[in-house]
Amino acid sequence: MGSLSSNVSITRYKVEGRVEEPVIETIYNGLTQNAIVTTNDDISEKTVGWTSLDTPFDPNFEGSSFLIGTHLVFSLRVDKKTIPPKIVKKHCAIEAAKRLAESGREYLSRTEKKMIREHVMSVLILRIPSAPNIYDLTWDYEDSSLWFFSNLKSANEELETLFSRSFNLTLIRLFPYTMAGLTAGLSDKERDILARLSPTNFAE
Amino acid sequence: MLDVSVSYNRYRFLGNEFLTWLWFVIEKDQGKITRPEQEMVSLEIGNRIVLENDRKDAVESITIKGDDAGLEEGILALRKGAVVTELNLFYKVGDQAWHFTIKGESLNMASLKVPDTGGIESRKDLEGAVIEKAYLYNEAIRLVDNLFKEFIRGKVSDDWNSKIVPLVRQWIYS
Repeated sequence: MGSLSSNVSITRYKVEGRVEEPVIETIYNGLTQNAIVTTNDDISEKTVGWTSLDTPFDPNFEGSSFLIGTHLVFSLRVDKKTIPPKIVKKHCAIEAAKRLAESGREYLSRTEKKMIREHVMSVLILRIPSAPNIYDLTWDYEDSSLWFFSNLKSANEELETLFSRSFNLTLIRLFPYTMAGLTAGLSDKERDILARLSPTNFAE
Repeated sequence: MLDVSVSYNRYRFLGNEFLTWLWFVIEKDQGKITRPEQEMVSLEIGNRIVLENDRKDAVESITIKGDDAGLEEGILALRKGAVVTELNLFYKVGDQAWHFTIKGESLNMASLKVPDTGGIESRKDLEGAVIEKAYLYNEAIRLVDNLFKEFIRGKVSDDWNSKIVPLVRQWIYS
């Protein structure tokens, strides 16, 4: 459980919008409808979905188990199949040699090479197991804030997309400008000044 | 509000200036690091600081790391026009300690270590650990939020150019 490990990274978000009432039921539906599904004959390179904090390989959101205190706690799971380029190269070379031998030609066209590569990838993708990556999140519904326990750009992008699809809410990433504009309590006049700010040279 | 990706790039200097200002605050104005509870608190530079100078054609990066590393090279870099882009911090409240790194452009927290919590053996332990960890993470987040508020309020005020920047320059050249 990444969020409970001794060393964590946190990306912070503001949740824009409100969840439809009844809140817990709406969130439960969003989680179960977008929970990760894995099958042994999965042909996709990447599968993304929600899972539960304590049983990440067997998603279970029953009994409001994702509600802890005032926090909604669950995880994003990204299962990815990564085929080492050298394996792909090897199988493409074997397949190309086989085709050349069968046809008696000396060269293969660019289209044929592309088709061989696609065939090799489709065969290998079935044989290679996917590696799961689990990223926890803590959502304070009352405060409309969310902590995502990863700074990885790709993981954050997956989160933003899946969250929007699951709950019909927008996540606004908090970085200096959005923090200044949304959470620092600036007045309208100060926000106008913020938009016109330029860098300071401390070494003048 | 501007588009998120546009504002991220256009105003990335804000986070770097915040970290540069924060180093100044740590060295010269610890009074800003207060808590309403009036407990003994301290904030120190941890074991890593990264500075960048893009005032010339090429970007120059300076990294200082090590538990007892001298920061003179960093001050020298500031004098040449660099800003802090990454800062490792050591925060202490009473006998509890937090270590974490903040990146200027995103203000993301990395390598966050909080005071020890109990082990997890049951679902009840898990719930307790989640609540306890959330409280401890929030302490570090609240610190950064309060300091950033202080910084940004200064930055959008007339005091920035007339009072705050001169004080930072005075520290850099002292």
